[in-house]
Amino acid sequence: MKRALPILAVLAVLLAAIAIVNPFFLEPAGFLSFVRRAAPLVILAAGQYLVIVSGEFDLSVGSLVTVEVVVAARLIDGDEAATWPVLALLIVLGLFVGLVNGAVTTLLRVPSFITTLGMMLVLSGAVFLWTGGAPRGALSQAFRMFGRQTGWAVLTLVVVAVAAVLLMRANFGRTLIAIGDNERAAALSGVRVTRVRLIAFTLSGVSAAVAGILLGGFAGVSAQVGQGLEFQAITAVVLGGVVLGGGRGTVIAAMAGALTLEALFTLLNLYGVSGALKFTVQGVVLIAAVAAGAIRLPFLDAPKVKGDAHAVS
Amino acid sequence: MLTMTGIGKSFFGVRVLSGVDLAVVPGEVHAIVGENGAGKSTLMKILAGVHAHDEGTIEIDGRRVSFGHPLEAQRAGVAIIYQEFNLLPERTVSENVFLGREPIRRGLVDRTAMDTATARLLAELGEDSFGPRQLVKRLSVAQQQVVEIVKALSLDARIVVMDEPTAALAEHEVELLYRLVRRLQERGIAVLYISHRLREVFDLSDHVTVIKDGRLVTTVATEDVTSEDLVRLMVGRDLNGYFPPRSTSVGETRLQVTGGGNDRLHDIDLKLNAGEIVGIAGLQGSGRSELAKALFGAEPFTRGEMTPVRPRSVREGIRAGVGLVTEDRKSEGLALRQSVRDNALLVTRAMGRGARRSGVRELLERVRLTPPREEQEVRYLSGGNQQKVVLAKWMTVAPKVLLFDEPTRGVDVGAKAAIHDLMRELAEDGVAIMMISSELPELIGMSDRIVVLREGRIAGTLPAGSSEEAVMSLAAGEVSS
Amino acid sequence: MTQNVLADGRARFGALVNPTSVVFLALAGVILVGWALVAVDGGQFLTMETVVGVQQRSAALGIVAVGQTLAILAGSLDLSVAYLISLASLVAAVTMAGQDSNIVLAVGAVMGVSALVGLVNGLMISKLRVHAFIATLGISLIIKGILGDLYDGPAGRVPESFQHLGYDRLGPVPVSALLWAAVALVAWFLLRRTKYGYRVYAVGGDVEVARLSGIRTDRVIIITHVLCSLCAGIAGLLLASRLGAGAPTVGTDGGYDLESIAAVVLGGAALAGGRGGVAGTVGGVLLLAVLDSVFNQLEVNSFFKDVVRGVVIVVAVAVYARRTGLIGRRRT
Repeated sequence: MKRALPILAVLAVLLAAIAIVNPFFLEPAGFLSFVRRAAPLVILAAGQYLVIVSGEFDLSVGSLVTVEVVVAARLIDGDEAATWPVLALLIVLGLFVGLVNGAVTTLLRVPSFITTLGMMLVLSGAVFLWTGGAPRGALSQAFRMFGRQTGWAVLTLVVVAVAAVLLMRANFGRTLIAIGDNERAAALSGVRVTRVRLIAFTLSGVSAAVAGILLGGFAGVSAQVGQGLEFQAITAVVLGGVVLGGGRGTVIAAMAGALTLEALFTLLNLYGVSGALKFTVQGVVLIAAVAAGAIRLPFLDAPKVKGDAHAVS
Repeated sequence: MLTMTGIGKSFFGVRVLSGVDLAVVPGEVHAIVGENGAGKSTLMKILAGVHAHDEGTIEIDGRRVSFGHPLEAQRAGVAIIYQEFNLLPERTVSENVFLGREPIRRGLVDRTAMDTATARLLAELGEDSFGPRQLVKRLSVAQQQVVEIVKALSLDARIVVMDEPTAALAEHEVELLYRLVRRLQERGIAVLYISHRLREVFDLSDHVTVIKDGRLVTTVATEDVTSEDLVRLMVGRDLNGYFPPRSTSVGETRLQVTGGGNDRLHDIDLKLNAGEIVGIAGLQGSGRSELAKALFGAEPFTRGEMTPVRPRSVREGIRAGVGLVTEDRKSEGLALRQSVRDNALLVTRAMGRGARRSGVRELLERVRLTPPREEQEVRYLSGGNQQKVVLAKWMTVAPKVLLFDEPTRGVDVGAKAAIHDLMRELAEDGVAIMMISSELPELIGMSDRIVVLREGRIAGTLPAGSSEEAVMSLAAGEVSS
Repeated sequence: MTQNVLADGRARFGALVNPTSVVFLALAGVILVGWALVAVDGGQFLTMETVVGVQQRSAALGIVAVGQTLAILAGSLDLSVAYLISLASLVAAVTMAGQDSNIVLAVGAVMGVSALVGLVNGLMISKLRVHAFIATLGISLIIKGILGDLYDGPAGRVPESFQHLGYDRLGPVPVSALLWAAVALVAWFLLRRTKYGYRVYAVGGDVEVARLSGIRTDRVIIITHVLCSLCAGIAGLLLASRLGAGAPTVGTDGGYDLESIAAVVLGGAALAGGRGGVAGTVGGVLLLAVLDSVFNQLEVNSFFKDVVRGVVIVVAVAVYARRTGLIGRRRT
């Protein structure tokens, strides 16, 4: 919790700044609609966090979101009755994709950067191969409810957030972080390293499925719906102070990072900054956040010189 | 040639060296001995320019020097060979030898010159098992050490520091190293030889400098002292009353192996009983750590009978009630960036047992962690406290058998005593304990029975209170010492 | 003696499973299979058209991938190349504005801008110690925003004389392929014969070892990123000459960021740095291009190509992981 403080402070400042320009933001409806908008990214960030904290990457979530939305539209094709079976199928799809990512990374020892990059190509290719180039079909009303209606979106977000926090406090979460910190020590303490990592990738896939469901309702069906989301999710996680390479940072901070990013976008909108320039700001903030974190570190870290194992002990 | 006077050094306000003097002449092998954490390595790193010294002077050939960077030391003719080699596995031998100072001809790297020079130095050292174009990753540890020495020679080093050079070598490779050291000596190079293996000190060195708790104890001509003298100087205390009293009663058998073996171990017959501390002695490479890992299930036995089970994995070992306190706690024992609590609970969590956060505090008090701050990140703890956290980690699952691999390496004297007491306490509580240690006084002081390994086999078992000589001669396989 | 024989055997085994040989073997395999498939299909695979096509297709990616090779060998990576390519194409086309007389100036401007981006990347990674992934991702976002703000679509105009770069060829060899070959040769030469190259391997292999050997690791990282960005700039020039204009999406449409990394890794380089080379990367790029060409001839759906490409990359790296694992296990 202590380590989530800096990002929570930044988030608070941004929210206050938004409220000053736009008082409607202070009303429940205004604030909740912000939360609804942020929900998909926050959920993706939670999933990405699990993978990053174990020392890996998941670059496939953006295209997985697109796949989820396109598949949903094609299968439902406006048929209300198909909503629930398709929802279940989407979750299974996310689970399966995550499982494959995890299996290839852990069992075949392919760096996750490459595994998930390959998965990204496979997914985007496969889905358009199947739909013949452009998304077809339409979502049902019931399906769109999740992304459209603030209540449902916020509820989904809260459920995911609470689940993520509980998960990280449970045995799974603690051992996951231990793996990211020192895989060998974890293995020699009886941690099933492969299985735990596999679960992390699987959950990341599931989080992409959930985010896709919300985004489908919110943004509609398009081939671009998930574009760049993997990098946004990684940005959010890193913004929350989670270190690439694993072993550090909390899921609350990662999700707060996503909210901060969304708040930043909202603020830029309010100040009339063009849609494109928001990326520039995102880039600057990302680098600044990490650089600020890194500059403090040398003082905290014990001097790390090779062969220094028992110089001072 | 080299004179260090009144060297002092503090890290973060902790004094690790003070008033150390050292004088070395050309062609001399000068051993530096002392317990773990005595400050040997720090002193050498000051000489090599890795750390800057706070007090004192260093003179080389009468000129006062002060190194701010390893390169400056290198230019002044000092080369250091670490326990962990500074080599690039994906590059060739000659590329490693000339790393950072490749010979240039017409603006380009002169590969031929590099290879020729390397080949010449290899030949001078009598090394013909590999050539200059071989990739370093395909060399054995001993061969890599040769590469390091060649590197030192190519630098025209006149002072070569070797930090525990035999630590990673197999027994037959040690002879090779001896030969290399003598060659260096013949060339008029001064060798500073850090080791706590007294046999090597007596085999090789002309002088010995003893360091204890960051201070110089004495420098003597090797021929004037006996190994007992050196041990006394290094430890500086009466060894006998120091260890907790031995056990009085031995309980039931907790673990038994008959004919255990794998590719590193053969015909292991061993019984660990409740209440008993069994010491494991043996030279490096004799299979001590391998034995612990086999009993634990990390590198399982492939042959033989074992009760209660022959674990095929770490988890099976833990389920059977076996715990392993690894030799290198930083790379194998702890998740350094996690809290004391998370580390203490790692095993129970991994095994899916209910982790009682409330019990952690009691546990930390029991292992005498001071202060018992659960939120502290483990990397900020001292070596001794880190080891106590590793112990706490295993105590959460109430093991029946605990295997300790060098439990007090890099641990200060006070914590060492606390760990010894804890081990004895655990034994009294009915845990069967096996302890591997390279420090013979510790091994003899703690063990109720000493099993000596040699080349992956049990060479013999000695009773409590055997002499160092008895252990050493069994370990080295000499007929008499 | 036995040791010697063993070591020899190991070396030979090592050469066989050397990823660079693997990728060229795979390339030969794909060409053979492709030829057979196309023949069965009733077409001709090794026509002038396809050979030229493969070279054309691979030139831009090839140039970027050569730069990416340097970055990855040094233990870094560059995600900003795609947007930098777009930026370079716009800088080139806008500066040229259709005038022959502006070509030199435009090329200079592109090189300048690219070097600057590389410098910033390198400084952030080495001096500010920002993870390369984050630093170059941040820079690419910054460029993306600026491009999106300034341009809605293609802009500027490239004079016809400059378009020769993209379309002319000498016999069966396009000028663009020659440019690629030149860039690759320079990089190969740098890596194999200069101090800089040796340092790149050292920094990527083990920063601490490099530093203790007196290598100014920060400088190596910075130079590497400048060179990598210059390669992206050259690719931008090439694409501008093909398009006849600059385009804000030309880099991302080509997926040059991730694909260049994929090509490098396909060529057997370790993503962690210190192992690999330009030859492997060239093989990786050609492999991707030949695959592309085979699919084109068989008139396979273009989306299917992506699927196969993804699978090929992952499988290749899995194979390398297995191989190095085999050798690695011998040491202990």
